[in-house]
Amino acid sequence: MDFFKRHFFVALSAVLGLIIIAYVGVQGNLQLLFGVVVPYLAALIFLEGVIYRVIQWARSPVPFRIPTTAAQGRSLPWIKRNLGEKLDNPADTPHLIGRMALEVFAFRSLFRNLRTELVKDPDNPEGARLIHWSYKWLWLGAIAFHYAFLVVILRHLRFFTEPTMGVVLMLDKMDGFFQFFTPAVYLSGVVLVAAVGYLLFRRITNPTLRYISLAADYFPLLLILAIGLTGILLRYFFKTDIVAVKELAIGLVTLHPKLPANLSALFYVHLFLVCALFAYFPFSKLMHAPGVFMSPTRNLTCNNRWVMHVNPWNYPVKFHSYAEYEDTFREPMIEAGIPVEKEQ
Amino acid sequence: MAKVPTPAELLPGLSYEPPEKGWMDVKPDFRPGTYCNPASPKWMEWINYPYPAARSVPDDEWALPQDWKEIVLQGMDDRLKRFRSLKLFFDICVRCGACADKCHFFLGTGDPKNMPVLRAELLRSVYRRYFKTIGRVLSEIAGARDLTEDVIKEWFFYLYQCTICRRCSLFCPYGIDMAEMTLLGRELLASVGLNIDWAMASVAQCYDKGSHIGAPPQAFKDMVDFLAEENERVTGITTTPSYNRKGAEVLFVMPSGDYFADPGTFTMMGYLLLFEHIGLDYTLSTYAAEGGNFGWFISHEMGKRLNAKIYAEAKRLGVKWILGGECGHMWRVCNQYMSTWWGPVDFLEKPVSPITGTRFENATVHKMVHISEFTADLIHHGKLNLDPQRNAHIKLTFHDSCNTARGMGILEEPRYIINNVLPEGNFVEMPPNTIREKAFCCGSSSGINANENMELRMQGGFPRANAVRFVHEKYGVNHLGCICALDRATLPTLLEYWVPEVGITGISELVGNALIFPDEIERTTDLRDRDLVGFGELAEEAGEEEE
Repeated sequence: MDFFKRHFFVALSAVLGLIIIAYVGVQGNLQLLFGVVVPYLAALIFLEGVIYRVIQWARSPVPFRIPTTAAQGRSLPWIKRNLGEKLDNPADTPHLIGRMALEVFAFRSLFRNLRTELVKDPDNPEGARLIHWSYKWLWLGAIAFHYAFLVVILRHLRFFTEPTMGVVLMLDKMDGFFQFFTPAVYLSGVVLVAAVGYLLFRRITNPTLRYISLAADYFPLLLILAIGLTGILLRYFFKTDIVAVKELAIGLVTLHPKLPANLSALFYVHLFLVCALFAYFPFSKLMHAPGVFMSPTRNLTCNNRWVMHVNPWNYPVKFHSYAEYEDTFREPMIEAGIPVEKEQ
Repeated sequence: MAKVPTPAELLPGLSYEPPEKGWMDVKPDFRPGTYCNPASPKWMEWINYPYPAARSVPDDEWALPQDWKEIVLQGMDDRLKRFRSLKLFFDICVRCGACADKCHFFLGTGDPKNMPVLRAELLRSVYRRYFKTIGRVLSEIAGARDLTEDVIKEWFFYLYQCTICRRCSLFCPYGIDMAEMTLLGRELLASVGLNIDWAMASVAQCYDKGSHIGAPPQAFKDMVDFLAEENERVTGITTTPSYNRKGAEVLFVMPSGDYFADPGTFTMMGYLLLFEHIGLDYTLSTYAAEGGNFGWFISHEMGKRLNAKIYAEAKRLGVKWILGGECGHMWRVCNQYMSTWWGPVDFLEKPVSPITGTRFENATVHKMVHISEFTADLIHHGKLNLDPQRNAHIKLTFHDSCNTARGMGILEEPRYIINNVLPEGNFVEMPPNTIREKAFCCGSSSGINANENMELRMQGGFPRANAVRFVHEKYGVNHLGCICALDRATLPTLLEYWVPEVGITGISELVGNALIFPDEIERTTDLRDRDLVGFGELAEEAGEEEE
């Protein structure tokens, strides 16, 4: 098997394996394990793991201030900068916060994305030329995926709160705005599956992406796809007992876990996949979510020349001093009329 | 030196399709013309670098020290503890591929390992294998691999096919910066004796002589005096720079490329004319005669050891502040590291232009002003008497140097100067996706502008040259302007190869061309002795023809 197949099929088998484990487990009456123990364990691993990883990063200092300056910097007072430039090359904290907000909420850097292609050009002596055009599909896919996922997660809060928060209900209503199908189809679910599908599709079909992708890239996509699909099945096709789900969820969050009797195996599969995602999160590339906040090329103000940055491990280095230099070149310097410190 | 294929031979073979074999199984193809020679032991001994030996890339044996593996892994561990950037950039990449077609080396060579994401994986795979449990257990399927001599050779090949230009970092959704990883990776290579000759020779020369060409003080003075004489010959104006003069108001530090090779020398002539024009009280230093910092191409520490001279000399001479010439990586180093390395800089004053009284508020701590800022301020205050017609023979486009663009944010100042020293309509921009913060690198920066890797350099510079060709054909552009000495050293070769009709010029050269002095001789040529358009005999002839 080649590199791509190995990595893809390992990831696919892992997801299928998780599904089978949950299904078989529930058939074997391990509801307590999959309904209570695993969710608690997953939540614990997620929280502790994320905190641990962030602390691990934070333990290494940021020796130099190295922000990527993505626009004109602060300069002479009459060189005016528009808001976009001030955000892309932030000279103060408010604009830095703006830059980070744009990065986190709008994927600013990805929005810059271009595609460069080599096209045949017979008029050109070299026979070809490069063209660069704005390419927003990756940005669109990424932003659709992340926001859909966020809405889906927020929507699920209705299972965990009693009475359900007004915001969540409102979101629920907006999400089902189109009133299509019964129960009303949630837009977020459709967008989530479509966006994950797109991200997976491009990873598999684009030769360069396929070349660089690891099992660790396919696995989260396939896992989230499976979560989305089982969720859709539970809502629209093999309708699950929502009251029972809520009973389980409330029991979990109030630390008085109760196992309702009438939950399907499919539900446990869905829940187990979600738990797997949470437990996997701290050990994977999904840590890009907290990581982006700590990226030194983005989260530092571009003020090197007027605010000193301190390197905690700065150490003295040996360099060739002027005195040594003059000792070597004193004679020719005097001859050439270059001033010296010592005449001999 | 390997024969470099012609442009027409180079491009048809270019494809962005990756090979069939997985990247972990593909070994680097050390074809002559694509790699840099390892550093000669002479240079390494000169500056006390570890494990000097005569090495040759095609040899199987690279004379690595006995415990090279421990040294590299220990070095990686050490750097993970000292640089949050490294740790974070190793951990959070999602391999989305946004950086892939942003690298000029990928676009020029089509080698998938030149996609920044994969170049980083070359290092990351080793990190996973030795520093991550999952990599230790699952090995290849977790994207981890053993550190072998082949891996080290691969690092040597690809980390010297990265010019630290940061174009990839601009597009990365998490700001992952290949430049940072390349620098730290090169430090690891250096720790087991692997350096490249071109960079190492420059470092050694800089270290105790003062500039990377190894010119002793009297030779430096000769070169600059010669350029001053050239100024006098062309303009009739005596420009007399002083050397190592205590008590001057300003220390002027330029890259050595500006005084020893064309076309940089014309930029130097431009500086001298400008300073003469405004009567600046400045001095040059034969000790800090190199702003360019080849040390930083090898390691952070070597960068610091070379950079030391600038502040030390400013302090010794008792100047008020430092003015820096047109140089890309010199300014990236000065901007990103200098005050952190040596601060607080309390022996200098906050820079104020003695001519306009402008306080350079953006340089109050590190006390160094960029020549473009300084000149733009002079023009803005009407302190320069300029005749743009003297640049009428120049149709210009501007190349933003990666370092000043993405490592500092100087974009408008040079453009402001250009618009004031060129006749209207003589300045056109290249396509927007290839300039400013999105500028393509010259393809030969960061110490790899050697001769033995010429094919690679021409490939790496292809995206830049391609954009130049576009404006050359569409608007008749005949000059590419820049504020970087490495650009002035590498772009002439690049354009000679891809777009021979276009020459290279520094921005201060254009300023020098345009300056009007009250007591000048009649100007009929520019600083390069090329006839001006509409002046002198030519103008008369043109006039006659019209009659």
